[in-house]
Amino acid sequence: MRPDSEADRLAVTFARVLRGAGLDVPVGSTITFADALAAVGLERRAGVYWAGRATLVRSPEDRDAYDRAFASFWEGIVEIPERSVPAGSISLAFDADRDTPDADEEASDDEQATPTVAVRWSPAEVLRHCDFAELTHAELVEARRMMADLKLAGPLRRSRRRQRTHRERGRPDLRRTVRRTLRTAGEPIDRAFTAPSQRPRRIVLLCDVSGSMEPYARAFLRFVQAAVVGHGRVEAFAMGTRLTRITRELSSRDPDAALSAASRRVLDWSGGTRLGEALRAFNDQWGVRGMARGAVVVILSDGWDRGDPDVLAGEMARLRRVAHRIVWVNPLKATPEYAPLARGMAAALPYVDEFVTGHSMAALGELAEVISK
Amino acid sequence: MIDVKDVGAVRDALGAHDYLADEGLATAIFLALKLNRPLLLEGEAGVGKTEVAKVLARWTGGELLRLQCYEGIDAAQAVYEWDYSRQLLHLRAAEASGDAIDEDELYSERFLVRRPLLRAIAHDSQQVPVLLVDEVDRADDEFEAFLLEVLSDFAITVPELGTFRAESPPVVVVTSNRTRDVHNALKRRCLYHWIDHPDFERELAILRVRAPEVREELARQVAGAAEALRDLDLYKPPGVAETIDWAHAVAALGAARLDATTVDVTLGTVLKYREDQERARAHGLDHLVDAAAAHDRAS
Ligand SMILES: Nc1ncnc2c1ncn2[C@@H]1O[C@H](COP(=O)(O)OP(=O)(O)OP(=O)(O)O)[C@@H](O)[C@H]1O
Ligand SMILES: [Mg+2]
Repeated sequence: MRPDSEADRLAVTFARVLRGAGLDVPVGSTITFADALAAVGLERRAGVYWAGRATLVRSPEDRDAYDRAFASFWEGIVEIPERSVPAGSISLAFDADRDTPDADEEASDDEQATPTVAVRWSPAEVLRHCDFAELTHAELVEARRMMADLKLAGPLRRSRRRQRTHRERGRPDLRRTVRRTLRTAGEPIDRAFTAPSQRPRRIVLLCDVSGSMEPYARAFLRFVQAAVVGHGRVEAFAMGTRLTRITRELSSRDPDAALSAASRRVLDWSGGTRLGEALRAFNDQWGVRGMARGAVVVILSDGWDRGDPDVLAGEMARLRRVAHRIVWVNPLKATPEYAPLARGMAAALPYVDEFVTGHSMAALGELAEVISK
Repeated sequence: MIDVKDVGAVRDALGAHDYLADEGLATAIFLALKLNRPLLLEGEAGVGKTEVAKVLARWTGGELLRLQCYEGIDAAQAVYEWDYSRQLLHLRAAEASGDAIDEDELYSERFLVRRPLLRAIAHDSQQVPVLLVDEVDRADDEFEAFLLEVLSDFAITVPELGTFRAESPPVVVVTSNRTRDVHNALKRRCLYHWIDHPDFERELAILRVRAPEVREELARQVAGAAEALRDLDLYKPPGVAETIDWAHAVAALGAARLDATTVDVTLGTVLKYREDQERARAHGLDHLVDAAAAHDRAS
């Protein structure tokens, strides 16, 4: 944090009191609160009260808890909780204790050895098509159990890359007409196929764990964990403001243990995203050196990027040169009106071979197919 | 930039433009201006959320750019769109004259239709505009997600043209009626204020500026009765807008006092649902008249 000022100290202390009262106070909000205090001054009770209300409270339901915490804080009769939560840490999306730990893991070793794909799903059709962001906790538990049925394998090296399908949806015909008119004047681009081989390709999964991915992160990580457990040649990384390799953590058979190990390892849960920098770190440290060579690289991200889009584009280009295929999974794409306007997404898209949704169990099933074809 | 001294100065400026804010709202607005943050306003219908943006525009002289959200709103409505018919005409003309087709030209500013978000970001006015994203709860998640990105970076990329970036960010007011929860990430980006129904004194003061033809005693009674109506657990309790309408209606009838007959014939102006009117009647209009009379004179 910034150098101590009185406003900062007061902000940090009060944020801690609020957390103790059960409110969710992200670090970013504490900083805004400190700025707000600096703007309104610390002298008046009402000023401090309303500065906190504007920056720390986000629903009318939290007002009572805030009021009680504020009153005791201002009167100075509150006990400041010891730093139980280290500054900068954020509560995690996984609540292992509430999950039923019986996700059946029947992925037998001989199955793993076979480089084929078996995507099996339990018959819960409705759940399969639900957007992860809409699932209740119980449904998520069920969805995770379904994911245990998922077997993921890289395509054999002789497999051919399918041409990217580009569907234009919900657009007036006129637009298509303009585009088509343009296209006749241009030249179609054909991509070369890679050399045939029999070995299954490595799969590298890069999972965005920034705040904007909150609703999908746990479902995705469970997908990634199923992939790591079910298939030997899988590598997994978490991308936030930094890059964290989580392959080892995710390789535990017990999904809950695996996920909490991974989330302990990842320090920047639900923070911002610097996709470009994270990707550069991946390229520098792992990817270009060999891990991504000939691999199917799967990026799970909504493409919101706080960083420079040019950096992202540059790193995507580097990755493109070594990877077999790049699959981008963006849950936001599931919405019919979706247009890749997010800066990061727009910058990355030219380098992406497959652009899929992955927002539901069914969509993850499709993703598994896309990866292995 | 809008230079504001303190919360009191905001309150005064809003008041000078006929908007009476309490200290909480004035502080939130002050901080939004001071910290360059979007302001998310939630509250019941008619409590004055939308009006905040309008009055900010009146006060600062910035252009009001209003984006009314609805289910299915998309980039073409919110951000920009290519003028397809003009592009097509252009292509036809090029074909007819045998000219080569230049894609860059086809996707140049000439054919770009700017919608409120892009206009707010790519403004070149001296006084920053006020962007009102009204009733964001009606839009879908995906639009919200995009909005968050715009409000975080104050930049918009048009793939064909590049990135537009706001040199000085617009003042942004986002409103929600809370038919659905706004995504946490967006809330965190914004400063937040829940606008409550005003208390009696403030509602009376609002009536004085918004319905100046209504006599003081009558205004007091209307404000008192409106307050009583809000305790009835109605489907849609009256907002400030309804109280103002009611006061106008009662005054137009030439009534000197708010009696049972007057309440009876004007009830539709303050309660918009038949169920609510029935409930108020079942509860007894005399009860409202009593509540009104209790406020006859300043105590
Ligand atoms: N604090 C106030 N001072 C002055 N006038 C007010 C105030 N609050 C509300 N009003 C009046 O009430 C009217 C309705 O307010 P507004 O349309 O902003 O409400 P809203 O909260 O946006 O409602 P809705 O949810 O129905 O859109 C305004 O036109 C204004 O005249
Ligand atoms: Mg409104």
